[in-house]
Amino acid sequence: MITFESVTKQFPGGTTAVDELHLQVPDGEVVVLVGPSGCGKTTILRMVNRMIEPSGGRVAVNGEDVMRTSPPRLRRGIGYVIQGIGLFPHRTIAQNVATVPKLEGWDDDRIKARVDELIETVGLPDGVRDRYPHQLSGGQQQRVGVARALAADPPVMLMDEPFAAVDPIVRTRLQDEFLRLQSEVRKTIVFVTHDIDEAIKMGDRIAILSQGGHLQQYATPKELLAEPANDFVADFLGAERGLKRLALIPVSQVEAAPGPVVAPGAGIDEARRVAETHSSDWVVVVDDEGRARGWARLDELDGRGPVDGVRLRDFELTVHADDSLRTALNALVISRHGVAVRLGDGDRYEGLLTRELLSEELR
Amino acid sequence: MDWAWVGENLGRIRGYALQHLFLTAVPVAAGFVLAFPMSLAAIRWRRLYAPLLGFTGMLFTIPSIALFVLLIPVTGLGPLTAIVPLTIYTLLILIRNTVEGLDGVDPDVREAAEAMGYTRGRRLLGVELPLALPVIVAGLRIATVTTVGLVTITALIGAGGLGRLIVDGFTLFFPTSVVVGVVLSVAFAVAADLVLLAGQKALTPWRAGRA
Repeated sequence: MITFESVTKQFPGGTTAVDELHLQVPDGEVVVLVGPSGCGKTTILRMVNRMIEPSGGRVAVNGEDVMRTSPPRLRRGIGYVIQGIGLFPHRTIAQNVATVPKLEGWDDDRIKARVDELIETVGLPDGVRDRYPHQLSGGQQQRVGVARALAADPPVMLMDEPFAAVDPIVRTRLQDEFLRLQSEVRKTIVFVTHDIDEAIKMGDRIAILSQGGHLQQYATPKELLAEPANDFVADFLGAERGLKRLALIPVSQVEAAPGPVVAPGAGIDEARRVAETHSSDWVVVVDDEGRARGWARLDELDGRGPVDGVRLRDFELTVHADDSLRTALNALVISRHGVAVRLGDGDRYEGLLTRELLSEELR
Repeated sequence: MDWAWVGENLGRIRGYALQHLFLTAVPVAAGFVLAFPMSLAAIRWRRLYAPLLGFTGMLFTIPSIALFVLLIPVTGLGPLTAIVPLTIYTLLILIRNTVEGLDGVDPDVREAAEAMGYTRGRRLLGVELPLALPVIVAGLRIATVTTVGLVTITALIGAGGLGRLIVDGFTLFFPTSVVVGVVLSVAFAVAADLVLLAGQKALTPWRAGRA
């Protein structure tokens, strides 16, 4: 746990970067500090490992005032990842990753084992061990940066715009991998970004700051998007706040309608009856194993044989239970029929989504 | 060219060459020993840097022959009279390159080192010096080549070196001696430069293949 109690930072010359900040970063959570430039987010981050010292108030890591621990001691227990990465150009990848264990005086076997483990954990090919940083791509370098920060297994990590320097595709991949890694290692993380979308994606909680280091709101992404505390927060979240919120809610949150379902062997009469009870002019064909085969229009059924006698139509749009409501909404907007089929694992039919069903969440 | 003379005087020529080596190596080494702590001080206390450069720059502009002559009453005719001014002349270049080299270390690298929990001393030795090495060695190379040239003048105050061959050649109207002195002096400067460059390459393997 990291706690800020009435923390203030004034720089020489009188600018106030942080003003009476109260904030708690719970164990194992990612707290994102976000705000426009000049909002003091990097200053706050750097006060955790004493790269910057507070002018007033108290910063504590696991109950221990950071000002009472010597900076080298304190910092070796706190991982640090920055936008510029700052790998040591004169050391190999393995030596870079081994930095803190080496400072801590681990023996060589233990260091080697840890380096091997980390290179694999962050998804680097084994061949990079003995290369120098400039021989790696930007994305690979940032992975080394993360591995180096994790090396001595610090309980706390500080990340200052760690993925801002790579291109959008690599950034998305690094973000996803980092979230997967975090779900295993459960570090207590302070993460700085100026990008609200990254904040929503990465944060268990988000602290929105305004110029001069004023905390405007501190909440989970969902709370923030549902109920911004003031105009500043609402503005910062942007015009598509509602859509951003939908992106956080999984489709499984909304009950799907059963829909007009018939078995492949059903006849025209049964199909008509089922369609009528759902007041539709089409039916979904689902086999014994629960797999959706496709759908058929009543007026295309030729009277006698079973429904799978005709060529079934493919679904225009399907959504998966894990998809977000934003994806589902997009499907409904594109769909000519205003209906999207929800599928589970192995194409199992789970029901239909309609605009009416989503309206509860969309209100 | 009187090759017979060269053959007869090999021993004397070797003696002057060794003096030349000595009169180059000692001032450069002494200059570095003085310049290094001054550079660290200039980095620690920024305000020192400009006056330090100004002062060593001013010393650099004093004509060498004048400085040698001025020192004769103090240190007499001998190697010390040569070594002191030659050392002083290296300071400007060595201080400037050491400070620029350390300043040139990528701020992100410095920040990362600090945040990893390096102490100030270990950061200097383990991160900043190795990265500043190419610029520092570049300073040593310029200082060395300059000093090799200046040492030829020390013959005038009786300190020896390859300059003796040049001075003697002039006074005796004997061109062979002048040519041998000049050629050896130039060859020595080039060789010293290459040795330092090779040393730097060996110490900075991570730069291999980079422009």
